[in-house]
Amino acid sequence: MQDFASSFTHAMGLILQGDAELWAIVALSLQVSLTAVIIAACIAMPLGAALAVTRFRGRNVVVVLLNALMGLPPVVVGLMVYLMLSNAGPLGVLQLLYTPTAMIVAQVILVTPIIAAITRQTIEGLDAEYAEQLRSLGVSASAKIPTLLFDARYALMTAFLAGFGRAIAEVGAVIIVGGNINHVTRTMTTTIALETSKGNLALALALGTILILLAIAVNAAVSTVGLRARSIAYA
Amino acid sequence: MRDLLEEKPVAKTSLAAHGLRFEIDGQTKVDIPLLRLDGEGPTMILGPNGAGKSLTLRLLHGLLTPHAGQISTPATRQAMVFQKPVLLRRSVLANMDYALRAAGVSRAKRRKLALDFLHEAGLAGKAKQAARTLSGGEQQRLALIRALATDPEILFLDEPTSSLDPSATQAIEAMVLRAASHGTRIVMVTHDLGQAKRLGRDIVFLHHGRVACHQPTDTFFATPDSAVAAGYLRGDLPI
Repeated sequence: MQDFASSFTHAMGLILQGDAELWAIVALSLQVSLTAVIIAACIAMPLGAALAVTRFRGRNVVVVLLNALMGLPPVVVGLMVYLMLSNAGPLGVLQLLYTPTAMIVAQVILVTPIIAAITRQTIEGLDAEYAEQLRSLGVSASAKIPTLLFDARYALMTAFLAGFGRAIAEVGAVIIVGGNINHVTRTMTTTIALETSKGNLALALALGTILILLAIAVNAAVSTVGLRARSIAYA
Repeated sequence: MRDLLEEKPVAKTSLAAHGLRFEIDGQTKVDIPLLRLDGEGPTMILGPNGAGKSLTLRLLHGLLTPHAGQISTPATRQAMVFQKPVLLRRSVLANMDYALRAAGVSRAKRRKLALDFLHEAGLAGKAKQAARTLSGGEQQRLALIRALATDPEILFLDEPTSSLDPSATQAIEAMVLRAASHGTRIVMVTHDLGQAKRLGRDIVFLHHGRVACHQPTDTFFATPDSAVAAGYLRGDLPI
């Protein structure tokens, strides 16, 4: 218990003093996960919306598959990306293994199904309300996708933040493809795993605290966006 | 069915349905061998719940594809106002702008046109407000001018005042009559007999997806051509 208390005091000290190493790790984590979520959103939102408004044979199978992919195990994604990017792999020539780019790729794969599935569900609900009116206005099926995405913008913020929450908190994929190299690919989660096993609880606790604060901030942001949307009847 | 051509001047825009049939799960919900809307209107579609009024309106507008038959009309510009107004999650002005852009109106003209219509509907002061925070009556007024701004030759309305109070209903009716007097062909579903009397030049009475009768409004209410319609006017349950 003595250990824990002193580690915790030390951890708070690291945060409050603005420890350079600590903040470099936080900055890299944010850079990797934010980039990954932005890329994933650019892919997943149009894809989810297109799936929401089109009807074809086997569509239900695709929807079930997409929902299932939300639960992709991060370590397995990490392994797949590792195999693709390793020297023996098909993309080995790119020399991306153990770089932040490799971590971004892994997180994009992890997050895209989450954002796409939430987008599909959101847009399908909105389309049920809008479809006849938009047809009546002469809006074509392809032209209505941007309309639906824009009008669902508040609801889609939730999808974005859910994706971010997943990316910033996962450890399995980034540790495999990033390699947890000091000052290069060391993120909050991988550092916590490493430092805990080394017994350096102070740094691990400091990062853990920041990670929890981030999680709370993300949830608060989701709620605030939701409240704002309801207040102007756009929810 | 009496021929309306003898009694009413021929409107610029006519609409006819030939051999129209629509099914849901194998059950025929609309079955109209011939319906000609040649008069200048407004045409009011009446009938008990489940008579196929809304389905017929959607078939005439082209929102639904019939299982058989076709709609013929020279009108290329059509619009529809729904029972529950469908407003985009944007400002009042942006709702107008969206409809005008969809109708191919140039950016330069859109703003002035939108503001003119908002002014006419008494909504100019709320142009920047979120459309879905408007009152029920204001929302339906916005939906109506959004439809009218695209200068439709035919305007379909599906019970647009069914959830509105009398003064909001009056505002909508005045706007519909004004549009009719400016040459827009009105085809409107209602379950309000008073409204049908106030607005309609001719009445189409539907029962079980069929046209039971189609007459000028005054003769419909005096001597309906169909026994079911006569019972409906008396207040019988049309079983």
